[in-house]
Amino acid sequence: MQTNGKGRFGKYGGQYVPEIVMPALEELEQAYLKYRDDPDFQKEFRFYLKEYAGRPTNLYYAKKLTEHYGRARIFLKREDLLHTGAHKINNALGQALLAKRMGKKRIVAETGAGQHGVATATVAALFGMECHVFMGAVDVERQKLNVFRMKLLGAKVIPVTSGTGTLKDATSEAIRYWATNITDTHYIIGSAVGPYPYPMMVRDFQKVIGEEIRAQAVERIGGLPDYVVACVGGGSNAIGTFYDFRNDKSVKKIGVEAGGRGEATGDNAKTLSGAGEPGILHGAYSYLLQTDDGQVVEAYSISAGLDYPGVGPEHSFFKDTGIAEYVSVTDQEALAAFQRLSRIEGIIPAMESSHALAYLEKLMPQTKPDESVVVTLSGRGDKDVAMVAKALGEEI
Amino acid sequence: MKELQKKTRVEKKFEALRKAGRKGLIIYITAGAPDAETSVRAVLEAEKAGADIVELGIPFSDPMADGPVIQSASVRALQQGMTTAKERAIVRKIRASSEIPLYGMGYINQMYHYGFENFVTDFQQAGLDGLIVPDVPHEESADMRRICAAHGFHLTEFITPGTTEARMQATCKDASGFVYCVSNNGVTGVKKVDYTQIGAVCSKARACTDTPLAIGFGIGSPEAAVEAAAHADAVIVGSAVVGRLLKGDFDGAMALIRAMREALDAAYGS
Repeated sequence: MQTNGKGRFGKYGGQYVPEIVMPALEELEQAYLKYRDDPDFQKEFRFYLKEYAGRPTNLYYAKKLTEHYGRARIFLKREDLLHTGAHKINNALGQALLAKRMGKKRIVAETGAGQHGVATATVAALFGMECHVFMGAVDVERQKLNVFRMKLLGAKVIPVTSGTGTLKDATSEAIRYWATNITDTHYIIGSAVGPYPYPMMVRDFQKVIGEEIRAQAVERIGGLPDYVVACVGGGSNAIGTFYDFRNDKSVKKIGVEAGGRGEATGDNAKTLSGAGEPGILHGAYSYLLQTDDGQVVEAYSISAGLDYPGVGPEHSFFKDTGIAEYVSVTDQEALAAFQRLSRIEGIIPAMESSHALAYLEKLMPQTKPDESVVVTLSGRGDKDVAMVAKALGEEI
Repeated sequence: MKELQKKTRVEKKFEALRKAGRKGLIIYITAGAPDAETSVRAVLEAEKAGADIVELGIPFSDPMADGPVIQSASVRALQQGMTTAKERAIVRKIRASSEIPLYGMGYINQMYHYGFENFVTDFQQAGLDGLIVPDVPHEESADMRRICAAHGFHLTEFITPGTTEARMQATCKDASGFVYCVSNNGVTGVKKVDYTQIGAVCSKARACTDTPLAIGFGIGSPEAAVEAAAHADAVIVGSAVVGRLLKGDFDGAMALIRAMREALDAAYGS
């Protein structure tokens, strides 16, 4: 589809939003472009990333996991060690600092697994802003711990029952709320999705992941890794991981989507690696799970952070151009990886990150001992423990 | 935009309204809610009750610009198996017995997936006069505008209280049919609206275009219709009618339309 072409990754992206939102996007774009290159802003952002969130995160050599597979060396990019337990804090800090400079008093956000909601509630508390988090009613139920964390942090959590009651509906509701309160509210979108400038801005706030991996890899292994692997829902930790390596052909970039219940049932979130076709959801043109009639399909995954029927537009561009490759693993494979890392390395990964780890089962046999693989551990698994226990048939 | 060859139903309607010094009443009805047959009957009866133009809602799974009432109408219609093909059939049925100007209001993904030009061709053939696509702002609609203009089909432009002067100039330049003036920040179905903001915006828009202006979002009573109409050529009523239809109160929906018609005509002459 031909357009004015603003904010595109190849043909993907754009600004498919109601007119009511356009002035706010214009304001946001101008503010972001101004502060992106502003040394004071960058200094403040880096200060909070380091002192508050705990960057840089370690690139941990997973020796025992490496021995388990007996092939390439495996490194884990420990975003799970960040304050609030996931990479989401990088973006939340960046956007909150921006919102503060734009004079906004209130923050609105959507959340799936609750990690972005917690990160947003955290920065809102830190910077003294009012915070409203929209969360699908289904997710409120399966992520009770994070719901309570958000409340502790002073945020108002609003369960969304419209549509399918999951992340996509929470996103629509957050946009509606934003449209209604546009003058004093900033919308902190949680992934590299949505209308321009969000996908670019979220990527910029997350690209520190890949930049650190590069520097750490050069120091630790004397060069670049051969593979970087990250899970993809909306795709913010993956774009953060891949972006700095986008021009490095020797580094294979693999995004792992949620295969859900497997091929036969159609219950999955394989937007890029499955049946997705380009379409428009939540402001951007990108791959989308949809029916033959152009209705958006409910995505499914055991992981609340991955069951999104769309994907960030830059990933669609990376897929079409071959810059990155997109694959999937099932719920069961992710559950096995969750337990495997817990037992082998003593690290309980988030269910989202467990999808990236699960792909090692397929990837490692193809690798050589002198190669190296970096897996981005986007978050820690504490929030998933109750759900995993249930999936494994244990009462806790 | 090039001149349309022949006056459309929409243009003729607004011309007649202007000549008579009357205000237009535009009614939104979701195709397929509460069911297909009732939605067809609702459009035909709405015309008899005094509607000048009907916006036929094309149900979408993720209606970002709509409030709870129209969302639930969309869900209801989709649950009952509403499809693009069935929506076309509804348009054909309405057109078989009415010449009322008829817009389709839907979201871009469904139209894009169908193929936008095919969508325009097929729905125009079925009897639509134009489209309202609330999730495509002017910046993204160049191709759609070109296709619609080539077909003599209206594509509605939007302005809101926040639309800047520069954007309003661009938007109004490409206006066709009527300009949809969003009364307030937010989504459809808001209860209480302050029309002074949009009043100022409408007067600015007047300076840029001769295209009729219609105010929508939050008009739920005859009083609100009269108040809003002071600033525009027409008012758009959606949630208040759809809500009654969803509750099974067909007569109540029609009574509301009649009351609005009477109030508008009493206030602005007939």
